[in-house]
Amino acid sequence: MKKGIFTLAEARFAAPNLRLMRLRGDTEGAAGPGRFVEASVPGFFLRRPFSVCGVEGDTLTVVVKLAGRGTERLLALPEGAQLELLTGLGNGFDLARAGERPLLLGGGSGVAPMLYLARELAKLGAKPSAAIGFGTAAEVCFEREFREVCPELRIFTMDGSRGERGLVTQALGEGCSAVCACGPLPMLRAIDEQSPVPAQFSLEARMGCGFGACMGCTIETANGPRRVCKDGPVFSSGEVRW
Amino acid sequence: MNTTVKLCGIELANPVIPASGTFGYGAEFAALYDINCLGTFSFKGTTRSPRFGNPGPRIAEAPAGLLNSVGLQNPGVDAVIAEELPRLREVFHKPVMANVCGFSVDEYVEVAAKLDACPEVGWLEINISCPNVHGGGMGFGTCAESAAEVTREVKAAVHKPVIVKLTPNVTDIVSIARSCENAGADGLSLINTMLAMRIDPATRRPVLKNLTGGLSGPAVFPVALRMVWQVYEAVGIPIIGMGGVSSAEDVIEMLLAGATAVGVGAANLREPYAARDIVEALPRAMAKYGIDNLQDITGGAHNG
Ligand SMILES: Cc1cc2nc3c(=O)[nH]c(=O)nc-3n(C[C@H](O)[C@H](O)[C@H](O)COP(=O)(O)OP(=O)(O)OC[C@H]3O[C@@H](n4cnc5c(N)ncnc54)[C@H](O)[C@@H]3O)c2cc1C
Ligand SMILES: Cc1cc2nc3c(=O)[nH]c(=O)nc-3n(C[C@H](O)[C@H](O)[C@H](O)COP(=O)(O)O)c2cc1C
Ligand code: FES
Repeated sequence: MKKGIFTLAEARFAAPNLRLMRLRGDTEGAAGPGRFVEASVPGFFLRRPFSVCGVEGDTLTVVVKLAGRGTERLLALPEGAQLELLTGLGNGFDLARAGERPLLLGGGSGVAPMLYLARELAKLGAKPSAAIGFGTAAEVCFEREFREVCPELRIFTMDGSRGERGLVTQALGEGCSAVCACGPLPMLRAIDEQSPVPAQFSLEARMGCGFGACMGCTIETANGPRRVCKDGPVFSSGEVRW
Repeated sequence: MNTTVKLCGIELANPVIPASGTFGYGAEFAALYDINCLGTFSFKGTTRSPRFGNPGPRIAEAPAGLLNSVGLQNPGVDAVIAEELPRLREVFHKPVMANVCGFSVDEYVEVAAKLDACPEVGWLEINISCPNVHGGGMGFGTCAESAAEVTREVKAAVHKPVIVKLTPNVTDIVSIARSCENAGADGLSLINTMLAMRIDPATRRPVLKNLTGGLSGPAVFPVALRMVWQVYEAVGIPIIGMGGVSSAEDVIEMLLAGATAVGVGAANLREPYAARDIVEALPRAMAKYGIDNLQDITGGAHNG
């Protein structure tokens, strides 16, 4: 873990209430799909956890979806503003276990972290396919970016206003080497129950510290209690006691 | 300038003590800085058997603080001794404070006796104040008789100094403090967290699965300070003052109110370098307020 001041170098809304933020600072040790940062939000005591969605040189990308008052503040942060981050948190996805033809499933705020994973897997020579899910057509984002690295992309919306109607879990099947997923808890649980191939998924939990000190984020697993922030946030098939 | 203080016969290089439950067994912080700069630290509350604690969510936010309902997650005293203390020994070379919790007087005695026998342990901090467990913890700390009973029985079973940790969730903390002193306590720690709640307007349900949790952080500092003041007037044993301490100035305020040493809890979670930064800031703050010897100012605000 590292603490550092980052400057909001560039930001844009990828969809309504979903802001891509490029932060410039010391990114050493911060990279890795599935790893996360804890952002200090002015006016709030606890830091907010966000998945790393890309690291290039001294620039770290996060994609923040409006949830409550802290994310509201981040969505309004002007370019040039400074943010203090803890970086290099969490274990991240095990890319070696994803195989040749991994299937990536992303839902809601879990879509952007999957794009980062898709890019890193493609760099290693894998041929990832992806299924990304949104509430409605207006929320669909990162389609072009996914197509650049994923030969096969399926888009789902809950209301059927774009792509296929329903949930990304409909894309589960035999034709892939492994599944990697990020999204709401019910989605991850369904993947754990239904995937015919080994899966890894990135969990969320309310965090007190984000670096393993407070036991605030602990879940039950087949191997005993595990901290989402330190032992996770990525867990494997059969591990989590949902 | 002298930052040393003496806590129940053991000298501390400075009065800064990361509080139980916010510092694990030290490993996470030892990866960030040399934790031997601390006076000591109190490790996670330990029970007889392993405990998962309460179901999540067990963290909620508050203005200037947080609520937790962790509920004493720990691997049990035998695993703490077999696995955590050897790891702790690698990174921390001073006597550590063992935080003991239980659901019966027998359990307190058994856990305390086992930790008393560990060379790494300098003090036993008896937590009769955890608000997040049912049928134990705070149950013992809200009544003067049971607080005295735990203190007396533990004292009879151990050799090391016994520091009893008190809850603020009582009508009169002074009477509980007195009763622990009379039962043989060597010191007192206060305060543990304050019973609290948050509700999510979107779900119309409490945020914490346990419904209630303990509030700590800067929000509680003035309450903790007031209680340290009151208890100092009533007892003659040393007090570890805690609750919201986040700066060297806060440490000085706590000492002036009557504390001999100071616990730092929530600040470590928000700011991983907090305890080290407070230690480093102490000499400058002492110079600013004309303090040469930190141990001289304990209770200093009561004069006059
Ligand atoms: C490992 C991890 C990675 C994440 N990655 C992303 C991401 O890439 N993009 C994104 O938009 N969101 C992500 N989230 C969720 C994000 O942290 C929450 O949406 C955010 O903390 C909400 O803050 P708030 O102040 O707006 O909400 P409030 O509800 O006002 O927050 C109150 C408290 O609850 C916590 N909290 C609320 N919702 C969540 C949640 N879902 N998970 C954890 N803590 C929560 C807050 O951090 C804060 O401490 C991630 C969460 C985790 C645990
Ligand atoms: C996440 C968390 C876990 C805690 N666990 C324990 C514990 O195991 N034993 C104990 O005596 N106190 C425990 N406490 C209480 C603290 O040690 C301290 O008394 C209290 O938080 C007030 O200090 P603060 O405001 O600096 O946090 C815990 C506090 C927090 C925030
Ligand atoms: S959030 Fe503190 S241990 Fe995970």
